[in-house]
Amino acid sequence: MLISNLEVVPGYNIVKHLGLVQGSTVRAKHVGRDIIAGLKNIFGGELSGYTELLQEAREEAVERMKQQALAVGANAVINVRFSTSSVTQGAAELFAYGTAVVVEEK
Amino acid sequence: MSNLVLFLLLLVLGYSFGRYAEQRHYRSIIRREKEYSDVVLTTVRRPAPGVELTGSELVAGSVVISVDYFKRFLAGLRNLIGGRMTSYETLLDRGRREAILRMKQQAKARGANMVFNVKMETASISKDGGSALGSVEILAYGTATTVTIRE
Repeated sequence: MLISNLEVVPGYNIVKHLGLVQGSTVRAKHVGRDIIAGLKNIFGGELSGYTELLQEAREEAVERMKQQALAVGANAVINVRFSTSSVTQGAAELFAYGTAVVVEEK
Repeated sequence: MSNLVLFLLLLVLGYSFGRYAEQRHYRSIIRREKEYSDVVLTTVRRPAPGVELTGSELVAGSVVISVDYFKRFLAGLRNLIGGRMTSYETLLDRGRREAILRMKQQAKARGANMVFNVKMETASISKDGGSALGSVEILAYGTATTVTIRE
């Protein structure tokens, strides 16, 4: 499965468009991490617990998008976009979407 | 009285640790920017004809970063009189550069020399319902490929 945020796949021809596919996940970290993040808010700097959380969540969202693309018979997802929104305290929604296509080697 | 002591203590802690962390972070950013300067980024969406691309893969870099207590206090004061909020400017600058560096690192690990269609996204992840900008998440992503120019 090819994932790309270009509108074309280099070396391939797009033979079929299968429409929008998407994947999303809402995640939270355990309270311990929230407390550490609260302390970091005093000292400043990177909140690595949250970075990790969002990284994992993003991978999960992309994975779900891939599953959806596979289900409609695509072999690539192009023009992928990400979006993040914080839903409630300590939780974030990660959303990935793109266009499922069938590509053929040139 | 004890509230005031706590407040001053937080200010001093925020100032000293925050300053130290920021300086260290900037040094590391500058060092790594030199190291990864061979990966070229572009916001171009369609590669120009005449260049050959081999392989394409989505790469991303993200960071969640927060200001210290002292800078948040300064920004609060700045809010009263308006104008440039330098303390948040450096926060976002550090975040963006860090996210870009992480993306470049991923691209380089995959043997790519160029990243197309770079997009940046900023989300505010504040705990107190967005009343004060606490921490921000910055995401940079793009498609990494290897470019060879045809003669």
